Amino acid sequence: MGKFIRLKKGFTINLKGKAAPKVVEMEQPETFVIKPTDFQGLYIPKPVVNVGDTVKAGSPLFHDKKHDNVIYTSPVSGEVVEVKRGEKRKLLEIKILSDKTIEHLQFKKYSVSEIANLSVAAVKEQLLNSGIWPSLIQRPYGVIADPAGTPKAIHISAFDSHPLAPDYNILFKGQDQYFQIGVDVLKKLTSGAVHINTHASNEISTVFSQVKNAEVNKFSGQHPVGCVGVQIHHLDPINKGDIVWTINPLGVIQIGKLFANGIYDASRIVALVGSEVKNPQYYKTYTGASVKKFIENNLNNDHVRVISGNPLTGTTIGKEGYVGYFDHQISILPEGDYYEFIGWITPGARKVSFHRSLGLFSFLSPNKERVVDTNTHGEPRAFVQTGVFEQVTPMDVLPTQLIKSILAEDIDEMEALGIYEVIEEDFALCEFVDVSKHKVQEILRDGLELVRNS
Amino acid sequence: MNFLRNQLDKVKHSFEKGGKLEKYYYAYEALDTFLFAPNTTNDSKGVQIRDAIDLKRLMMTVIVAMVPCLLFGIWNVGHQHFLAIGQAGATLGDKILVGSIQVLPIVVVSYGVGLGIEFVFAILRKHPVNEGFLVTGMLIPLVMPPDIPLWQVGVATAFAVVIGKEAFGGTGMNVVNIALTARAFLYFAYPTDISGGVWTYLGDSQAVAGYSGATALSIAGDSVTAGTNVLSSFSSFGAGWNEGVFSFSNLFLGLIPGSIGETSTLMCLIGAFVLIATGAGSWKLIVSVFGGAYAMGLFLNLIGGNAYMEMPAQYHLVIGGLAFGAVFMATDPVTATQTEAGKWVYGLLIGIFTVLIRVFNPAYPEGIMLAILLMNVFAPLIDYFVVGANKKRRLQRATV
Repeated sequence: MGKFIRLKKGFTINLKGKAAPKVVEMEQPETFVIKPTDFQGLYIPKPVVNVGDTVKAGSPLFHDKKHDNVIYTSPVSGEVVEVKRGEKRKLLEIKILSDKTIEHLQFKKYSVSEIANLSVAAVKEQLLNSGIWPSLIQRPYGVIADPAGTPKAIHISAFDSHPLAPDYNILFKGQDQYFQIGVDVLKKLTSGAVHINTHASNEISTVFSQVKNAEVNKFSGQHPVGCVGVQIHHLDPINKGDIVWTINPLGVIQIGKLFANGIYDASRIVALVGSEVKNPQYYKTYTGASVKKFIENNLNNDHVRVISGNPLTGTTIGKEGYVGYFDHQISILPEGDYYEFIGWITPGARKVSFHRSLGLFSFLSPNKERVVDTNTHGEPRAFVQTGVFEQVTPMDVLPTQLIKSILAEDIDEMEALGIYEVIEEDFALCEFVDVSKHKVQEILRDGLELVRNS
Repeated sequence: MNFLRNQLDKVKHSFEKGGKLEKYYYAYEALDTFLFAPNTTNDSKGVQIRDAIDLKRLMMTVIVAMVPCLLFGIWNVGHQHFLAIGQAGATLGDKILVGSIQVLPIVVVSYGVGLGIEFVFAILRKHPVNEGFLVTGMLIPLVMPPDIPLWQVGVATAFAVVIGKEAFGGTGMNVVNIALTARAFLYFAYPTDISGGVWTYLGDSQAVAGYSGATALSIAGDSVTAGTNVLSSFSSFGAGWNEGVFSFSNLFLGLIPGSIGETSTLMCLIGAFVLIATGAGSWKLIVSVFGGAYAMGLFLNLIGGNAYMEMPAQYHLVIGGLAFGAVFMATDPVTATQTEAGKWVYGLLIGIFTVLIRVFNPAYPEGIMLAILLMNVFAPLIDYFVVGANKKRRLQRATV
């Protein structure tokens, strides 16, 4: 039996430009890119392809020098057209010119009864070879799962509460069968349960509600209720020495297809959202797609920021950029590089604020969708503890004290204060609401890396 | 506005790295960001959007919460002045005029000295000018007696900012409340100038016959030795020139002599409403200070023993600076406890110590200043235990 957990703290940012419930199939982008920088915890990527090589969907592109069995594969079939390197020859991206029809590298197929009898070693091997393995994220640290580890549980968040987030019921519609197989396979990898965490007030797709062999839990509350770290904290918190894995439902479905059909199917639906998009809606494409075709002739104005992911944890990629490996969302927001005369005191309800300070009236109409630009709305200042971090952190973790212990590089203190339980997305709201405009997510990542490498 | 922006942009390069006025960059930055919210955008990684709040707006919110106290204080300085010189019929305009002449220079000196030091330290230490002093600079005049010499305001402000704040690393790093440091400095450095009859501004005029500059706190203190009931001392005080000055309603409304901004409990409560409604001040702190003082007052009533201990507990909430301290000093986010549970303990202890000091320490008639300073020092200790409990829960979970 799953649990029902109500969260009281948090803040849902209501932005204009949510995707209409419509999935469009248009001509696919010509190029796709896999960026090693998307994968937290990837030590040194070693490419195994050169420019001019032809690849199939599921062919290896690079592997991790430290864990050489963790392979990163091509989402589409085609020709490698660029191996881009940065400073110190750091591998930045591998670009593939896609074929019109995708050819898949064939992996081993299993019937339902065969899957039931599969050994853990065989499961891991298949996952590693196909390149689906990197969709398994390990907590603590939020890094690519170590194939040698056995997690005490696997958690799947079945909804996204970030601003402008896509509706998972649309993303994964009709994939019930593959999701079930994926869950069955994952169950073999953990000593504990597979948790599927749904939102109580949303309509829950049968993909998640009918699943067997897993615990289906319900959550209610404001963002960050959809962040899997927050969910884990309330279901089965991570203690020192514990390993927990998390995976997006897409990864589960890909695992299902891998075992049932023997292919790495990197097709996915991404939501093109944001106030500057003419027709915010869903598009069918593949992992690592170029955003160019989606946004062409589809923007309200030209001075915009293109973000792979959501506005709280995403990455700016530019109009010629590519969607990140873990992202289901392209957010397009107006750039905020303008001065505002005495902008620090002008009253109004136009800008979004969690606060209710002098002249900030957005709290009066929380259901109104607002346009928010990328301006910092203020300048960096000394840290003033206003108690607001605590109001957006629905966990028994003290964000201010944890952040301070990281700044002091005190590893024992970080451990004691629960750094194992959080990653960037869990603290993204703290960064958003911060009066002094600190880079909370960056600080937290520095702390995580410090502990991980100690 | 474009003209202003262009002028700023024109001079900006000389303040930037490599420019000839590079040293003064943060002075320029303070002016620039005061006039224009900056055009900076969020980094390519991390949050792409930010809340509309910034430190300036937060601090302005607190200042707005203090405005009722300031305006009332200006009027009351004039009001008390005319009462004391026997001209109870003075017009509203006269009272405000006298009050403004007396109060506004104190505000100007406090801001001038404090911001001057802030700018110097910002330039020397190469950090931005923080807006925290906007609040401190207003708090200092409000806790000063109306008759204070301006040079003392300047010296106290300088001491508080340099020793109380900058020596600890600047905004956000100070251990004790800066405005109270200024007040405590005067209290101990110039005791004769901040006690006795300073609570009413007399100017060159002669006080009316029978006038006394005593405050409610000192009357209550004196009742102990005289052995009279505090309430009857209150009601018989002021006979002949200001009958009934210390009635409960006068104490609550603030129609009494005292520091410029802290006489009126009502104005403090309006401020408290602003702070709580806007979330700029913690309601837990405000409620717990009042609660602690009231509970301690009741407890002393129960024990009895002397006149002060028998004073009805609700009087503790309206005499002296308790309300002002609870609303504007205890809620200072930097010096208060930082944990939510700790705030209850911190506030309660401030309330309790205030009443204790008032009743049992004849040397210091006002307890709230010392109680808050004392608890400022203990705030990290309270947090230590609250944080320790959090760590312990995590540890227990792991070992079960």
